[in-house]
Amino acid sequence: MRTKTKDSKTGSYSSFIVFTFICIIFLAPFFFMLVTSFKPGQEMLSKGLTLKINFDAMTLNNYKIIFFEDNRYLTWYKNSLIITALYTVLSLFFSSLVGYGLAVYNFKGKNLLFFIVLLVMMVPLEILLLPLYRLMITLNLMDTYLGVVLPFAVSPFAIFFFRQYIIGLPKELIEAARVDGCGEFRIFFKIIAPLMKPAFGAMTILQAMTSWNAFVWPLVVLRSAKKLTLPIGLMSLLTPYGNSYDMIMPGAVMSVIPIAILFLLNQRAFIEGLTAGGIKQ
Amino acid sequence: MGFNRVSIKVKIKKIYSVINSVEVVPYIFVLPFIITFLVFFLYPIISSVIMSFQNIAGFRDVTFVGWKNYRNLLNPHYYSALKVSFLYTFLTIAILIPFPLILAALLNNKLLRGRNIFRSSLFMPALTSVIVAGMFFRFAFGTQPTALFNQIIGFFGLGPITWLQGRSTGMLALVVLCVWRWTGVNIVYFLAGLQGIPQELYESADIDGANSLQKFFNITIPSLKPVIIFVTTISVFGGFSMFAESFAYWTSRSPGDIGLTLVAYIYQTGFNNNNFGFASAIGITLLIIIMMVNVLQLNLFGFFKKD
Repeated sequence: MRTKTKDSKTGSYSSFIVFTFICIIFLAPFFFMLVTSFKPGQEMLSKGLTLKINFDAMTLNNYKIIFFEDNRYLTWYKNSLIITALYTVLSLFFSSLVGYGLAVYNFKGKNLLFFIVLLVMMVPLEILLLPLYRLMITLNLMDTYLGVVLPFAVSPFAIFFFRQYIIGLPKELIEAARVDGCGEFRIFFKIIAPLMKPAFGAMTILQAMTSWNAFVWPLVVLRSAKKLTLPIGLMSLLTPYGNSYDMIMPGAVMSVIPIAILFLLNQRAFIEGLTAGGIKQ
Repeated sequence: MGFNRVSIKVKIKKIYSVINSVEVVPYIFVLPFIITFLVFFLYPIISSVIMSFQNIAGFRDVTFVGWKNYRNLLNPHYYSALKVSFLYTFLTIAILIPFPLILAALLNNKLLRGRNIFRSSLFMPALTSVIVAGMFFRFAFGTQPTALFNQIIGFFGLGPITWLQGRSTGMLALVVLCVWRWTGVNIVYFLAGLQGIPQELYESADIDGANSLQKFFNITIPSLKPVIIFVTTISVFGGFSMFAESFAYWTSRSPGDIGLTLVAYIYQTGFNNNNFGFASAIGITLLIIIMMVNVLQLNLFGFFKKD
């Protein structure tokens, strides 16, 4: 026994060193992004992103540009916030309703419907890009926030997650409420929904992050400059004109910071949200 | 009039009690999904299949062309896109299964100090968008001798290399971006799986005198099989539908098609060349490929075997 614990102790020391090394590598991009965000964009254009750090040449000018001089960045930020809020609220509301329906009731076609939920989860949206684009034109939803949000607002992933969660809740609560003459919708909103707080927390994070970082679909739907979201806006900065290059790195840093802060404050919900489905099966 | 009002009230009450009955109410709960499924999934899929047999010159100018779009797939761009997508998927899976699995097994050691900090640090890249991460790597893989990766290989007396202009180095850049963003996520999946392995298995293996490696291969890996299958499945989807990474490096056209994935090809022919029929045909083949690869993969793992 003694040799075994000694073994795993030395083992844990060497893996401590290995992990320290790997973590430094994995965190280095954040550090370099931050450092580069204080350098003139012209330098990044001519030298690439470099290891050399010249503290004297660092300036807050880039941040002044994105916050005060060039109003594009704050517009993108605002658009991303609106779309993220809209998407998160809609998808949590609708997906929890559907998840509840699938978890609590027995009805004709239930198994087929659940199978379809899983099937939709399995098809990457990229395949639907063109027909959805045409649909958006027909529905007059091009270049609108609703067009970005609506096709994916009822998320099969969230439905699956909520269903699993609700199945785990005690059914007696629902029975008791029915005996008291409580309507089915009231049971959901007044009794079950409050119990789903942890599930809502995890899904808020997953859906908000998915939406905040979404790129391909918003790129298809959004057309006018004043409607662009952060990721698309950042991509549009890859032109050598004006002070675009000054805005890239501070823009990237400022788009990660809110998520990073939320993550550090709320790690468990993040990790549960982002890895849901894989665990609860 | 008064009589009418009462009858309306009665009617509303009746409708409400029907809606609220256990026979009807489930369908109302699941209605949002049924509607989105029909409108934003089934209809697009069907119209994609139909479009793949059409030549679409404008919104109204549509002609049926039979299998022509599919025959047109036999061109060098499509081969190139196939190769890039397959290679990318293969490489990312070849790295993103064993590497996070080993790290997760090491992190699961309770004697390891700071394991929560390590786990969180490795998870941090998952918080970035493809575009933000792509911006970093795009400039880190710059052609200049002063760019980050050229400086690193410069320490070993190599380079400078024009990373994003070469086929294999371009692929490397794509894989690096993916590995950076996904390692932490897969670690968390594997950690969750590891915590479900009953401790007694290891204890009885200890009694039998098994060493750590034997325990890893004979207990850990077989017990993690469901998680490995799950991660492989989502990696196949992720790998074949990759596009934003390539867009972040090269936007929609890359030198010599080095960043042309199947989805990038769909985007290019659909949105840049307005050839919707042909783009739909690519999409349908992509869907078939993904389904086939996953069935094959699941078969390989014995997922369909009932034992």
